[in-house]
Amino acid sequence: MTAEPRTGTGHRRPAVGQYAGDRRRAWPYPRTALAMAAAAAAAVPFLVPPYPLYRVTLVLVYVVALLGLDLVTGHGGLISLGHGAFFGVGAYTAAILLAAGAPYPVTLPAAGLVAYGLGHAFGRPAVRLSGLYLAVVTFAVAVAVPPLIRRLAPGGAMGLPARTPGAPSFTGLDDDQWVYLLVLAVTAAAFALTRVVIRSTAGRALAALRADAGAAELLGIRPPATRAHAFAWSALYAGVAGCLFTWTTGFVAPESFTVTLSITLLAGLVIGGLGTVPGAVIGAVVVAFLPAPGLVSGLALIVVLAVAPHGVTGLARRLPSFLGKDRA
Amino acid sequence: MIGQVVHGLGSGAVYAALALALVLVHRFTGVVNFAQGELAMVSAYVAWQLVEAGLSYWVALPLTMVVAFAAGALAQRLVMRRAGDAALIMTIGLYVLVHALAAQIWTSALRAFPDPFPGGPLGVAGPLAVVGAVLALLYLVIRHSGAGLTLRAVAADPRAARLAGIRVGRVHALGWGLAAVAGAASGVLVAPVVFLEPGMMGDALVSALAAAAVGGFANPVAAVAGGLLIGVAETLAGTYLWADLRVVVPLAVLLALPAVRAAGLTRVRA
Repeated sequence: MTAEPRTGTGHRRPAVGQYAGDRRRAWPYPRTALAMAAAAAAAVPFLVPPYPLYRVTLVLVYVVALLGLDLVTGHGGLISLGHGAFFGVGAYTAAILLAAGAPYPVTLPAAGLVAYGLGHAFGRPAVRLSGLYLAVVTFAVAVAVPPLIRRLAPGGAMGLPARTPGAPSFTGLDDDQWVYLLVLAVTAAAFALTRVVIRSTAGRALAALRADAGAAELLGIRPPATRAHAFAWSALYAGVAGCLFTWTTGFVAPESFTVTLSITLLAGLVIGGLGTVPGAVIGAVVVAFLPAPGLVSGLALIVVLAVAPHGVTGLARRLPSFLGKDRA
Repeated sequence: MIGQVVHGLGSGAVYAALALALVLVHRFTGVVNFAQGELAMVSAYVAWQLVEAGLSYWVALPLTMVVAFAAGALAQRLVMRRAGDAALIMTIGLYVLVHALAAQIWTSALRAFPDPFPGGPLGVAGPLAVVGAVLALLYLVIRHSGAGLTLRAVAADPRAARLAGIRVGRVHALGWGLAAVAGAASGVLVAPVVFLEPGMMGDALVSALAAAAVGGFANPVAAVAGGLLIGVAETLAGTYLWADLRVVVPLAVLLALPAVRAAGLTRVRA
């Protein structure tokens, strides 16, 4: 029996994710593992040719979006079908600012803020009713946003080209390597922020609401405010991911951000596994490499939900006991 | 103006029928079925296939309803039953799968669908009559049949119903089947207007969701009224204000509803 890991506040960790109660360590040196993973990720642009590097960069972009979606869906137990729209709004905010001549470091917080504001605007009324209602409202958002972009945004249906961040000359890097490293840095920051948010008072309140809304309310947690907050934060992630998408692809068009993208993001996250960091990473690989929703992804989603509701991550964690190994 | 209102009622009838289907599934199984529109689209294809095979429209229609009922019940038995507490995400999986299957079978080519109703302002009476007939049929089945009684028992309290010896799983399948019949009506109504293609129910689904939300996903009459109103509002907004405003109408309704009525979804099982 191992001691429950404690956080600085002395509270026990809230039951976050499916396997929160089960704290077996797969690898006894988490910091070493983290450092190795970071080193490997930073080495990728020097080992991989440009086009595969572009695909890997996109995986990182989707990791950021899925970390945000996981806040609402994995940790909050609410379903958003509109994250593709927030992603698109972030991407367009960045592209429009870049076209207006803004330096690219400005576009990242701008895209995040715009998406955060929209997340509040849509989330606040949507979470006042039940969790199902958020899914319905966000679906309507996902359907309404592409035609609005087509009509209102510069470039219209043709889309809008954008400058991609160029590598400063002192680094001696190619532009695509530079973009990869920028995206990697933002992804790492997103990981760190997720950790902070989940362990914050608001994050614990969200987990408590998910575990038992009635008990949480008795403890003084206000469900609508907490959920609206979580939703707005998760929209911020999606907006930031959209900005990274613009940096990576250098082109945005309304057709890239339809309801299809929202569904793909949710499907990827569910297939990867809700409420876990590896789930978001596996989900991002699924989103980046699986073709648009079709027979394969529909079947995959149904089979995963029916057979392995905790996604690929859950399957991997079940593997040792499935193979008859001792439950440590 | 009156022409636009009549036109709006025509699309409103489509939303009303689909909203009825959504209300049925939510009331009897507690989930919002995002795949409802795609099931309706497949029903429209089945009707088209039957008419292509030489059947008269009025023979093909009841046959389509039977097929739709079976398809809805089957979807519940084969897929939804295994969803656990992730039922809503499962309906999204169903949505993706059914859409992809239809695109495989029938390709994404646009196809003309027979329109049994005459054109002109009086033509709108046809779709409205269909919606009225579906509503009446559902009322009769749910209020005045043994199967309807079990449906209401399951909606009221699934555990108690199970203890009373009702096969809850079968009743859920019945609810899905009935909903699919209402959805099939919407598919057959919309197909002559927008042409038959796998994506044809995309916009209708959002409007129907908003319409169903007007009735808190529980009240069929309010859902029908909501569907008709949203149909008219969309047509008027699209014609007189701005064509792209159509897609914003359902969203605006959904955002305004919580302020107007705090009940809605919370009153029924959430």
